[in-house]
Amino acid sequence: MPPFAESAVTPVRPGGREVTSTTVDTMASTDDDSGLDEHGESPFPEARRPDRAYDLPAHGVRIAVHEWGDADAPPLMMMHGGFDFARTFDVFAPKLASGGWRVVSWDQRGHGNSEHAPLYSWDGDMRDTLAVFDHVAGGRPIPVVGHSKGGALMTQLADAQPHRFRCLVNMDGIPYKRNIPDLAEHERTTMLAKDLAGWLDHRGRTATASRKPGTLDDLARRRGRMNPRLPHEWLRRLVTTGGFESDDGWRWKIDPALRFGGFGPWRPEWMLMRLPGLPMPFLGILGAEMEEMGWGTPPHKVLPYMPMDGHCEVLDDVGHFVHIEQPDLVSGLVLDFIGAPA
Amino acid sequence: MSASTVMLRHNKIDLALHLLRTEPLDPVVPSRPLLLLHGLGDRSPTGVPHWCASWPGPIAALDFTGHGDSTVPAGGGYSPELLMADVDQALAELTDGDPDRSITILGRGLGAYVALQIAGARASQIHGVILVDGPGLAGGPTGPTSQSVFALDTDGSSPDPYALVELGRDLRPGDYAVSFVNLANANAPVANPITVASSFRPKWLAAVADSPGVVESSLSDALAAYA
Repeated sequence: MPPFAESAVTPVRPGGREVTSTTVDTMASTDDDSGLDEHGESPFPEARRPDRAYDLPAHGVRIAVHEWGDADAPPLMMMHGGFDFARTFDVFAPKLASGGWRVVSWDQRGHGNSEHAPLYSWDGDMRDTLAVFDHVAGGRPIPVVGHSKGGALMTQLADAQPHRFRCLVNMDGIPYKRNIPDLAEHERTTMLAKDLAGWLDHRGRTATASRKPGTLDDLARRRGRMNPRLPHEWLRRLVTTGGFESDDGWRWKIDPALRFGGFGPWRPEWMLMRLPGLPMPFLGILGAEMEEMGWGTPPHKVLPYMPMDGHCEVLDDVGHFVHIEQPDLVSGLVLDFIGAPA
Repeated sequence: MSASTVMLRHNKIDLALHLLRTEPLDPVVPSRPLLLLHGLGDRSPTGVPHWCASWPGPIAALDFTGHGDSTVPAGGGYSPELLMADVDQALAELTDGDPDRSITILGRGLGAYVALQIAGARASQIHGVILVDGPGLAGGPTGPTSQSVFALDTDGSSPDPYALVELGRDLRPGDYAVSFVNLANANAPVANPITVASSFRPKWLAAVADSPGVVESSLSDALAAYA
């Protein structure tokens, strides 16, 4: 999740006409780029590049797919959270692949290496997800794992198309009655005048917006403000896998049109209503430590909504990114839950 | 495309704003622009419709994203809120970017719902909105449903099939709609900035019509009131 609020833009009046030119950030140095590997990526213990990466045409939008594990192994699909990208699974995915799975993840539209789409919506993300399902699963039910927004979206898809799911793991992606920081802007309920005006002002600037540049460590520190529990070296790796370097420094790849916060008719608690009816085996994994990027879901509020074949694990002293903070523990839980890849 | 059309850039979309009447009927009589918003699957009229010919000021009409002469994007992802941002571009154009100037908006069908939203979001610049019947007035459910997920064959032609489906089933809870009414009432430059002139009243619109400060009248009376 790059810090959207730091987008550097040339302000333009709505309608696209430039009214002034302002340099929002200074030229960034790149003198902290030492120590990158042969792929230009910052190393991190146990982190592994995908074994395969390719683009998938998804009904007009180019989706970047990343796979870990044997290409002939049974597939397992894994979806990242909002303002994240598939390479945030660089440690977690190989651990699942070692269990005999072909782990398939993808960058949501506008995120990571996927295309910056003209429009963004929950429906659009669902549709892109189906394109990956069709490409990977061939109509067979498969295990699915989702984190944060990815978990919530997969929960809705499991309700709409249960035949695609052998089982579902939702990692800290069970909403409750609070604002959700990593959902797209129109999917929120906050209805404040300044939110509306701020969002419209942002829309008026997006035609010429670009992400704020900085050094590799600058971007790692910015993200660290939102992810205070994650080590700096891990955040550096995220910059080098979810960002790009140009003449004036590093920038996140995510589309500047995407923005935290916002408003809309959707209510977080509505997702909770879908849980009890899920017919496939379900595992929820919640971090007990509340974080700014998390959903703020109290475990005791979720437990009454467990499906008939579902249960929830609550991890003490773990934050929103359960799979990054505790990759061995969480991958073990997931592998035990989904069973052998026969 | 009409003889006088301005293309406005909204992120990756080019919006067609058709200038149906560029000068006021009487140059000595103060007037403000009227912006027409079409219904779902429709497009802007090519001339001044008879039902608003008496409007004393300039008249413009906006083609929403995926409609008329505006860009048809690939991959869908529509929402009424996105169309509200379309209207915000037109608002800036018609007021020359001056936050102290205001316009009146007449929305048909889906355009009525979007007009309500911009009336709340940019209340200080909206002299009044008139909500009338038209395609897409009802919208979708007022709460969560087991919705289908689908992909469509598209060829870039207008209207975009994704727009027809996604904007025909968007969630429209009554209390969400009323929150825009409250914002409009609190911040508009005039009293009673919202008029419901439709015959059909889906749940969201019934909630709006029942809200304090909202006027119910005929289209002609509403145009006269907001001129």
